[in-house]
Amino acid sequence: MTISPEQLDNIALEYKKKVKIYDKVVKICCGTGCISSGSLKLYDRFKDIINFEGLSAKVLVKITGCHGLCERGPIVVFGDDEILYQSVGKRNVDEDVKLLIETIKSNKIADKLLYKGDDKTKRYVSPLDIPFYAGQNRIVLSLNGTIDPEDIDEYIQRGGYRALYKALKMNTDEIIDWVQKSGLRGRGGGGFPTGAKWRSCKDAEGQPKYILANGDEGDPGAFMDRSLMEGNPHAVLEGMIIGGYAIGSNQGYIYVRDEYPLAVNRLLKAIEKAREYGFLGRNIFNSGFEFDITIFRGGGAFVCGESTALMSSIEGKAGEPRAKYVHTVEKGLWEKPSNLNNVETWACVPHIINNGWEWFASIGTQGSKGTKVFSLVGKVKNTGLIEVPMGKSLKEIIFDLGGGIQGDKKFKAVQTGGPSGGCIPAEYLEMPVDFDSLTKLGSMMGSGGMIVMDERNCMVDVARYFLTFLVEESCGKCTPCREGVRRMHEIVERICNGNGNKGDIEHLEELARAINLGSLCALGQSAPNPVLSTIKYFEDEYRAHIEDKKCPAGVCKALIKFSIIPEKCTGCTLCTHECPVKCITGEKKEAHTIDQAQCIRCGTCYDNCRFDAIKIE
Amino acid sequence: MVEFKINGKLAKGEKGEPILNIARREGHVIPSLCYHETLGSDGRCRLCVVEVKKGNRKRIVTSCLYGAENGIEVYTESPDIWLVRKTVLELLLARCPDSEIIHHLAGQYGVKNVRYTKDEDKGKCILCSLCVRTCESIVGVSAIGTSGKGPAKKVTTPFDEPSDVCIGCGACVVVCPTGHIYMEDKSGVRTIWKKQFELARCPKCGRYHAPVEQLQFISQKSGTPVDELLVCQDCK
Amino acid sequence: MEVDVKKLNTILNKYGGDKPYILAMFQDIQKEYRYLPKDALKYICDKLNIPFSKGYEVATFYKAISLNPRGKHTIHVCLGTACHLRGGPNILDAFERKLYVKKGNTTEDGNFTLESVNCLGACALAPLVRVDEKDFGKATPVTVNKIISEFKDGE
Repeated sequence: MTISPEQLDNIALEYKKKVKIYDKVVKICCGTGCISSGSLKLYDRFKDIINFEGLSAKVLVKITGCHGLCERGPIVVFGDDEILYQSVGKRNVDEDVKLLIETIKSNKIADKLLYKGDDKTKRYVSPLDIPFYAGQNRIVLSLNGTIDPEDIDEYIQRGGYRALYKALKMNTDEIIDWVQKSGLRGRGGGGFPTGAKWRSCKDAEGQPKYILANGDEGDPGAFMDRSLMEGNPHAVLEGMIIGGYAIGSNQGYIYVRDEYPLAVNRLLKAIEKAREYGFLGRNIFNSGFEFDITIFRGGGAFVCGESTALMSSIEGKAGEPRAKYVHTVEKGLWEKPSNLNNVETWACVPHIINNGWEWFASIGTQGSKGTKVFSLVGKVKNTGLIEVPMGKSLKEIIFDLGGGIQGDKKFKAVQTGGPSGGCIPAEYLEMPVDFDSLTKLGSMMGSGGMIVMDERNCMVDVARYFLTFLVEESCGKCTPCREGVRRMHEIVERICNGNGNKGDIEHLEELARAINLGSLCALGQSAPNPVLSTIKYFEDEYRAHIEDKKCPAGVCKALIKFSIIPEKCTGCTLCTHECPVKCITGEKKEAHTIDQAQCIRCGTCYDNCRFDAIKIE
Repeated sequence: MVEFKINGKLAKGEKGEPILNIARREGHVIPSLCYHETLGSDGRCRLCVVEVKKGNRKRIVTSCLYGAENGIEVYTESPDIWLVRKTVLELLLARCPDSEIIHHLAGQYGVKNVRYTKDEDKGKCILCSLCVRTCESIVGVSAIGTSGKGPAKKVTTPFDEPSDVCIGCGACVVVCPTGHIYMEDKSGVRTIWKKQFELARCPKCGRYHAPVEQLQFISQKSGTPVDELLVCQDCK
Repeated sequence: MEVDVKKLNTILNKYGGDKPYILAMFQDIQKEYRYLPKDALKYICDKLNIPFSKGYEVATFYKAISLNPRGKHTIHVCLGTACHLRGGPNILDAFERKLYVKKGNTTEDGNFTLESVNCLGACALAPLVRVDEKDFGKATPVTVNKIISEFKDGE
């Protein structure tokens, strides 16, 4: 079936009519985050009550994809950003459903469910007022949290597949020209100019050509791609079909992480619907162009996010990368010209086509155009997903949108770029966030993970963490990565355990340089970054571990001891109850003691004590 | 044909031919472990790294995989090259402390002592994969392969059990640069990869030469009757 | 362990008997048997006409595939960066202590397999624990107990 633009308009109209009959639209977030907080249960219960009260003809209850404010889930939004409720049904589903019904029946706003900021006197009703959302520029995520990701009609009503129609009437060189002029750079980590990549692939010799979408988001702390694939899968499909047309390919693949079953599910459903409506298959929009997309599920290997490893995996082999002296745009999947882009990059394409390249290029900075989706996590108050124009400062992102540090502790560093990136300390908070600024600081944009750390995070432990990760995820093909990364880990582990030696820092730096220069792929080449950046900005912490055998942040278990200050202890017994190994003893209202032999140094007592009666030494 | 420079001297080769080949032909010395003339390379050991200058861009590449291009400048020695090779060798020595060839190469690149805890469970295997590639491409049975990933990666038969398809030819032993693979011929029996093979006896001179299974395999592939193959190479 | 050839053929046909889908086939088999039995691996390799050693290479490369029987329930403790910073390792510790099993292994009664995973993508709800297909965000030692009792004796 090929669809015509008139049919597209009809579908949009029909959908609008269908929704108009409802007085109220209630959207319940069903992204992975909110589901884990119980949103599916909430959805079922709420629908039951709506039916029971005979309101189903007047009230439309929808599921949506991730809104981004995962910290406060389950999120419920009324209408088009009229009211936002947080933590709905988290404690008591029935109670909160009652409040939702009240809002529907009598327009009574449930204060209990409204978003609360630090200033308890300020009332936030519409999500647009909340600083977390107000500071964003949602383009890629514009429909996340608005549409039902399983309803193609709604995607169409909101403008979906118009870009595809427009593109199919354009000259393929013109499309590539627009992408080049827009300044779009890869959103997966490399930041390579997308238009240039498309151009090279189009010019490459060989048939067939392949379009690939990298949905193997493996950076720990990053979930931008997950939310996009779950919340608006058609945006990725539409971008890929346009790319296929421009480059001259008829087959696309989306490689999705094994750990994202919901994303795989939503994408499969979207592809099925797209085929049904004729956006995939033969003769799309009567243009003569044909395209289809297949989903490939990963097997739990981080290295498969690397382009050649990803292609190797699709070819049915182990995910080992190969040398890229001949680029994948010339010899990629099955040795044929292949264009791989991250799913977020693909989702930018329909917007560029719809609004023009000038519009996209007007957002962002000189070298980094458009917006970027970031996952803001760690010790920040408002953890979640945000989309901001390139160039916004770290300070604005962490303190305005993010609401500052949890518990009002002191900001220490922010990790960007995942295991390939680095830490950025407080003195650079005013820096604009874009590709080049972050690289200059010794980190990188990466896929968009931003992990905020406070005074209770040890930077040597952070380096050890990333090295542990990389040792496990190294494919093992080349010597520098397979052998070198585990030896870097050995050294840092020794340092964390109080067995650091003079010269360890210099040794690490030398080993790091060799691994960076000698490794076969980007995983190995960038593996030293977390170590190098923490040494660069927090060398004093390394020295404290090595020379003084101390962990200033109170994290490295071998170097710390928790003890109770008898004068401050009120004997409230809270720590006794919280302790996972029950090593704290004491009578009520009397000073308690920690049994050092049993203590596992987890810090639970320290984190919970309300009287500052526990010290780390 | 393309023309370019190696260490300032003119060099010629086919377009796309690995620089390593051309460099050695021209008399330059570049160490390598995982490269083989017939099997080529995957770029695993990283010893053959060189610096390539193309226009304004300078980068470190493995010469076994980088193809010759017009006008590039290749340098086979530099402080960075030395650092990579020395590090690789020190790392390999920590992994395979008993390997004579690694000791020899490491000494050449100034590795005086190994600053890491030595492995005891890796034998002399440097994971160059020459054995795997030989069994796959030259012998054609793929009896062995790699398993796992990262530091736990190793060469093995599936499930570490005797292989149904191994013909006991020992080609993997011959191609291994460190002598890691165990093979023993004793009293007319060959033991390799946990499997025992009956060795064929030459009807002319009486010595044991090749596993019967290997001869049967060759007979099947070539059409030559097994009886003819029983005669050892010396007596032919 | 006896593998049902009929089931394996169904899986092979689902992917048109195409070699590139070998990992997907392994994942489907694993869903059926809770691991990839050696006989199943051999059968698939024979049918796809690929060397046993190559199939073994793929099966052992990907963490998602297990060649050993897994427990009735698999507990995945997320050790992604956000979860690490918010106490993920302590949660793993708690499971190891309560279940008397180290990560990567299965409890003696065959009920639980305990694994760590490097980021499930629900970072705002760190630390996260996924049991089979159910997610538990903001896990605490209390959650650990809750999970163990909820999934005990095959729920």
